[in-house]
This record gives sequence, structure tokens and C-alpha cells, in this order.
Amino acid sequence: MSYQLPEDYYYSKEHEWAQVDENIVTIGITEFAQEQLGEIVYVELPEEGAKVNQGESFGVVESVKAASDLYAPVSGTVIEVNLALGDDPSALNDDPMNDGWLIRIEMDSEKELANLVRVADYKKLIAEKK
Amino acid sequence: MVEFAGWHMPVQYRGVIEEHNCVRRDVGLFDVSHMGEIRVRGPKALESLEYMTTNDVARLKAGEAQYSLFPNPQGGIVDDLFVYCVKPGEDYLLCVNAANTGKDLAFVREWNKGAEVTDESAKWGQIAVQGPKALALLDRAISPEISKIPRNGFREFVFAGTLALVARTGYTGEDGAEVFVPAESAVALWRALLEEGRDLGVQPIGLGARDTLRTEMKYSLYGHEIDDTTNPYGAGLGWVVKPAQKDFLGKSAIVEGKERGLLRKLVGFRLLEKGIPRQGYSLFSFDNGEIGKVTSGTMSPSLSAPIGIAWIDAGFSGTGTEFAVDIRGRKARAVVVPTPFVTGTSLSPK
Repeated sequence: MSYQLPEDYYYSKEHEWAQVDENIVTIGITEFAQEQLGEIVYVELPEEGAKVNQGESFGVVESVKAASDLYAPVSGTVIEVNLALGDDPSALNDDPMNDGWLIRIEMDSEKELANLVRVADYKKLIAEKK
Repeated sequence: MVEFAGWHMPVQYRGVIEEHNCVRRDVGLFDVSHMGEIRVRGPKALESLEYMTTNDVARLKAGEAQYSLFPNPQGGIVDDLFVYCVKPGEDYLLCVNAANTGKDLAFVREWNKGAEVTDESAKWGQIAVQGPKALALLDRAISPEISKIPRNGFREFVFAGTLALVARTGYTGEDGAEVFVPAESAVALWRALLEEGRDLGVQPIGLGARDTLRTEMKYSLYGHEIDDTTNPYGAGLGWVVKPAQKDFLGKSAIVEGKERGLLRKLVGFRLLEKGIPRQGYSLFSFDNGEIGKVTSGTMSPSLSAPIGIAWIDAGFSGTGTEFAVDIRGRKARAVVVPTPFVTGTSLSPK
């Protein structure tokens, strides 16, 4: 199966994607991640104004099988939360790259982007996992 | 696929919820060939089993099976199992948890009173066929006599020229059977059941749905609800402990535990807030005392609500009692509910 992996996005080793627009970063999980998680039934996200730190948990996705942490790809302050997921998290399975986005943050420092990978390396990472 | 007790097991085929619903609505196939089988035979078979299991083995006639426990001398549970009576007094097949097969064999050999004990785990494949349409499928694929087997009974049939032991048992809360066949015939049986059941909506079911189905019925899973330290009465398994009928290993410890008053009980609960309870989460009273631990929890596909099973201090075990579950630092309200969580299945009393 081929995954939707936009060239201009950043990716983390924990299978989050980050779309960077100046200092505003939209964060979600990749299609590979949703496939591994299985049917997601609940998602716990931070509130607007919360601080998130690179590499640290900012929320949890619960599939029927297990609870999995969501890790922030970069540090910053939450400015928007995808509240639609609270009532119905199915977009996380159906369309994790678009409608299933999780949070939008104001990034503290773009230097942290250096700790993330681009598409080619992310593809290698998931190839190793398969 | 995941590693489970040394076996490669599928967690899911199409998705846990879809598979779960398939079993509740139609019929599903479970490859449970990993389960351990121990044969106990000879003139000392009954005497040995009476001592090393808690249920009343002498009551079993040929073709009858019973749920039972291996107790330890301290009154805990070594494993839970099914005892199949092939020939009363002298030939029994025990079906045990895969992860415990080694421990169980050592246990059976330790407390054996002269029976012939054989590990037949590698010899048997096992396919569970479960759901409201399971008997219709089995009648078609193996023999129309299968739907006449009483609950907890089993009969021998011939499938593709070899022996098939069909037991009217299961672990889902639905009607159906568990079919033991020689390992080399398991693939042929699996394919035949899938083929014959196509118009019935049959699907293969993975470990994920096996767990959600049994959790909805509050069936115990060894390592979750019960372990070496569990008093069977506290776990609600007193119905398979028969101290009035016989002597058995750990009997005095089990009975004394009950008479002293059970300090904790195994209950079912529903979460009244969002979230999912998971094994190991702590329970708290509203004045912040720790009162128990979750043993299993899931989003119930049948109820579309989070449910859980927990050991809880006896004072909090009454239906309707509210408490809090610590979900990663957040205290979510929960309430003790009657079990099984799901009623109206094909096995429910009519």
C-alpha cells in the first residue's frame, strides 16, 4: 500500500506529521500510524493554550486494542484543537493526513525541525518496520 | 501478527470491531490451535483429576465437558481449563491456556496419582466456530447432528476422513462449538468452513475481537482476572469449586479464604466519562483511597461504551456503586454494573 506523504511535510520517528507554515505547525499522525493502531475509538488532546514539548506526549489515541501516546514533533503553544475528533475520532482512521489533523501550534523554534525527517527518510523508516 | 505464547497469532483480519460484530450477528472462525491439550488416561485418571481440579469430575459422563480450575496449595489458581470426558473414570482430555501449557503439564505431573499423562498440544488443531449462525454452518460443513449436541457436550465426528471432536463450548457468549481436529487437518477444516459459510457471512476472527467478545461477557482471562493469588470465590468462580463433594488440592485454603470474608471482588463496571479503562489502572474512592485495579477494559463494540473488569474492595462491589478510575492521571467516574455487560446473545437464557 502506498501512503499519502506530502513532500513538504516533516515527519517524526513516532509517526506524526508536521505541516509547517511559517511558525504555525499543524500536527497529525501518518497513514502508517493509523494502520498500525487499528480502529481508533477515542482521542485525548490538550487544550488551547497548553504548552507541548518536542518528543514528549501531548495526548493519547485509544484504539480498541491499546492506548498509544501522541508525541509532539516540535515544541510550542497549542492554538487550535481539532474538536471534531472528540465526538467522532473516525477521521483519524479514514483521513489522518487531512480531516484527522490533531492540533495546531505556534512553534517555539524552527531549529527543532532539524530533529525531524523528510519524506525519503520517513519512507525508509516505515519500510524497516514492515 | 503478534507473538503469543510462542505462536504467531493474528490480532485482526479486517478490523476488531467488524469482526466482533460479525460474531454477534452471524458467525466467526477462530484459529485457537495454540491452546494446550493434555490427555489423562488410565485407571487412576479420575482420582488424579478429582484431586488436581476444583470441579466435580466424577459427575461427567462420556461426551460431557466442564469448566474447571487447577488450584495451588495456597488456594490460588494455576490455570483455568476445560475437562472433556472421553470415557468416564479413565480417559479425559484437558484443554488449557497456551501460555500456561508448560506450567500446567508440570503441575499435572506433580499432583498425578498414577494416571498416564500425555502432552497432546502439538497433535491437535482447534477451530472455534461462534455466533448465532455457528450451528447452521457446522451442520452443513461437518454433520447435521452437531446442533443436537447439548451445551457443554461433545461428540466425535468424521471430517475429511479423520476424527473431529466437536464440543458445544465457547468463549464469546454466543452459541457455537469448538472443533478439535488433528493438526494436519486444521487447514482443510478452516477452508471448508469459510467456503460453506460464505452466504452466512462467516469471517475469520483475530485475537483482538476474541478479547472484546469475552470481556463483554466478563469471562476471565488468565493473567488478567485470575492468577496464582486469586481466590476462585472472589472471582465469581465459586460455581466450579465443589468442596462439599470431594477433597482437592488447596481446598482448605480456598474455603477458609471464603469464610474469612472476601476482601476484594471481581466486578464489571462502566465508565461514565470519556476514555478507556486498561489493565493495571488504579481505582479510587471519592475520598481518594485506592480501592482496586482494572484487569481488562475496552470500548465495547456492542454497547459503543467503555467497559471494564476490576478487582475492587468488597465494600465497593455492589451494583450501582460509583468510584473513579485513574486514566493516566485523570480521575474518570465509573459505576459497578451487572454482568454480563451484553445480554440477548444467542447464548442468553431465553
